[in-house]
Order: sequence, then structure tokens, then C-alpha cells
Amino acid sequence: MSHAHHHDHDHHHDHDHHHDHDHSELSETQLRVRALESILVEKGYVDPAALDVFIETYETKVGPHNGARVVAKAWADPAYRHWLLEDATAAIASLGYTGRQGEHMVAVENTPKRHNMVVCTLCSCYPWSVLGLPPVWYKSAPYRSRAVMDPRGVLADFGVTLPADTEIQVWDSTAEIRYLVVPMRPEGTDGWDEERLAKLVTRDSMIGTGLALQPSEVA
Amino acid sequence: MNGAQDMGGVHGFGPVRPEPNEPWFHAPWERRAFAITLAMGASGEWNLDMSRHARENRSPADYLSKSYYEIWLAGLEKLLAERGLVTPEEIAAGRALVPPKPIKRKLAAADVPAVLARGAPTERPAERPARFAVGDRVRAKQMNPTTHTRLPRYVRGHVGTIVMEHGCHVFPDSHAHGKGEAPQWLYTVRFAGTELWGADADPTLSVTVDAWESYLEPA
Repeated sequence: MSHAHHHDHDHHHDHDHHHDHDHSELSETQLRVRALESILVEKGYVDPAALDVFIETYETKVGPHNGARVVAKAWADPAYRHWLLEDATAAIASLGYTGRQGEHMVAVENTPKRHNMVVCTLCSCYPWSVLGLPPVWYKSAPYRSRAVMDPRGVLADFGVTLPADTEIQVWDSTAEIRYLVVPMRPEGTDGWDEERLAKLVTRDSMIGTGLALQPSEVA
Repeated sequence: MNGAQDMGGVHGFGPVRPEPNEPWFHAPWERRAFAITLAMGASGEWNLDMSRHARENRSPADYLSKSYYEIWLAGLEKLLAERGLVTPEEIAAGRALVPPKPIKRKLAAADVPAVLARGAPTERPAERPARFAVGDRVRAKQMNPTTHTRLPRYVRGHVGTIVMEHGCHVFPDSHAHGKGEAPQWLYTVRFAGTELWGADADPTLSVTVDAWESYLEPA
């Protein structure tokens, strides 16, 4: 098998301390991916430099910090909150977050009466533009099977318990609409600016499997 | 198709296991599989619905035995093989054995940011008036196509209420099979948990799916 294109040897490798250091132990899947990439480049179908741009974008640029900025702005700015709930695609685009897997956005707001949770039971649709790539658990069979039937059980797996009378609305993203949960703003944050508020907004709180952090939980 | 990807309400997968400080990728090969999938997705040789169908159209045992990026890889290999772009023999050999075929587009590294920022919006101009309006009661059709669909089994035959209307969107059931975009009105339909899961269901639960117009009938 040809190993002409060993892109794994670049700086991206540094984050993985538990896989693929020993080439004598390459798995069948690792070998297949390497072979396929090598063939795609050899045949001129892909630009190797483009592959690195894709990876760099989703490892260093796009992530839940985008969504956290959206939520913090909605908490701090009532006019922005209104716009976000009316036309999330435009309101989110105004902060520079557009494009792939965020083309059609809907923001859903948690209240003391209603908690929202997002899932894609059919694949793993996820709002990449505001949250980055989905975590493994979001793509997993346990989450996809149970979120629509037993969301309180799923919340318990995350250590979250909601009042028994809170309505739970689960959004199954079966089309190209992507949902962003706006968690409830924690008490004790009056007068905080958007940058400080954003530190309270976790990825899971924007999926609905978590709540925003309390002020005491951030340094 | 009634495949293993349609997981809503399936029992037995166990608890959801969140991973603290989860890395974006869990092995170097996942990065490369991700990048070559996105790069080839930009070739114009297939669309997102064809990609999803290529991932899902396999035996349930095969689907459930693969990780997320292993499914992506298998889907990519299938799409490439179907078009004669890369043959299984080439992947086994680790090098090109037949000459490359022309592809519609080769994405250059410099164009990646713009392509990602643009994404692939699926909304299209309406060619006919919407059949349903927000507030209408509708039944998700009982249907079991052997071809690609985005109507999960757990809502088929059940009655819900339209809560949003999203304009007309590319229809995956057609688009996945190269039969054109055939845009249809798209709605968010809300079902009571007890309607979907019976009297023992969490009475505070409701679930929405995004459903194209032909998935629905008046109730």
C-alpha cells in the first residue's frame, strides 16, 4: 500500500496522545483513509491544501464560542433578543456566523415554564456555524434514540434535573433547519457585559442538555 | 428507508456518555476522513441528500457497528465507486489503477472559506400556495418508502399541530435519488409525547419534527 501522503504528521497531530503514533499498528480504517486520500490527490480530485483549511477551520475557528456570543448578546440586548427569536438566520449572520450547517437557523428560548432540547434522530444534524462540530454523544445511538422519548432520563445522564412541571420541548432536526437553544440567564448577572456573560454559556446549554453556568462556577 | 439510522424511540442503547473536554477528533484519521468528505462534497458530483442516503443505505448491523466517521468513510467510498471516480480495487491497492474521470469542480484551498460561509441553503421560491398554516392539525402519513426519506418512523400515523412554516425547501426524497430538487413547503409539526408514546409518556413532553408537505395530511 502506498503511503505517499502522510498528512497526519503535521501540527494537527499534537492533540492526539492516544492514537496512531506507531505506524506498525495502523488500523484497517486508518489505512483505508490514508489510501483514499492519497488516491483522491493523485487523481487530482482534491487540493491537499484545501483539506488542511477544512480541518483548521473546524479545529480553531468555528466552535461554541460563536453561539455563546449570540446568546450573551440576546441576554444583554432586548432588541437583539427579539430579532434572534424572530429571524435567527439574519440575527446570527449579523455577528458573522453563516454558512454550512447553519443556513436556516431557528432560536428557541428556555423559560421557567419550558425547556428546549435539540436532537437529530436520523443522522446528526447540528448547527455547525454556531456550535462547531458535534460531540460524539450527540451523534451516538443512546442520545438519538432516547432524546425524543425520555428527555428527562437523558438530562439525568448530564446531571441535570428540571422541575416536574417544566414543559420539555424536543426539536428533532429532520430537515435543514438548525436549532439553537437560548438558555435562561442566571441570577446574579445584572450589569454584566456580553463578554463576561458569554463565559456562562456552555455548548450543552445551547443544545438543551445543560443549563448556563452560575456566576460562582466561572472564575 | 426503514434503516438503523432512524433511531427515535429505540430501546437498549444504554446511557448517554458525555465526554469532558472532548477533542474535535478522536484520531488523526477522523480529521482526514472529515476533510476528504467535505472536499469531495464540493466537487458537485453528488448532493448532501445523496451523501446521507449513501451512509444510511446499508444493513442495520453494518450501520450500528460503525462509528460516525466510519459511516462517513463508507458513504464516501460508495459515492466514489458508484461514479467510477475511485474503485474498491484502487482503495485496496492504495493507488490509482484507472485514469481519473473529469469532475465538475475541484475546490481550491483559497476558495474553502467562501464555500463554507455560503453553505448550501435549501430554500427555494414557492411555486404553489402552502396547503397548511400554523395551527392546523395534521397527521404524519403512514408510509414506508424503501428509498430515502426524512420522516422518522416514530411520528408516522400520529397527529400533531403545525407550529412553524419555513417556506419551500429542496425535497430530500427526490434529491437523494437524482430526481431533482422538487421543492415543497416545509413545516415544523409538534406532537404531544403522549400521542407518540402512549399514556405512560412524560405528560410534559412534546416533540417536533420538520416535515415536508407531502409527508402530511389534514387531521
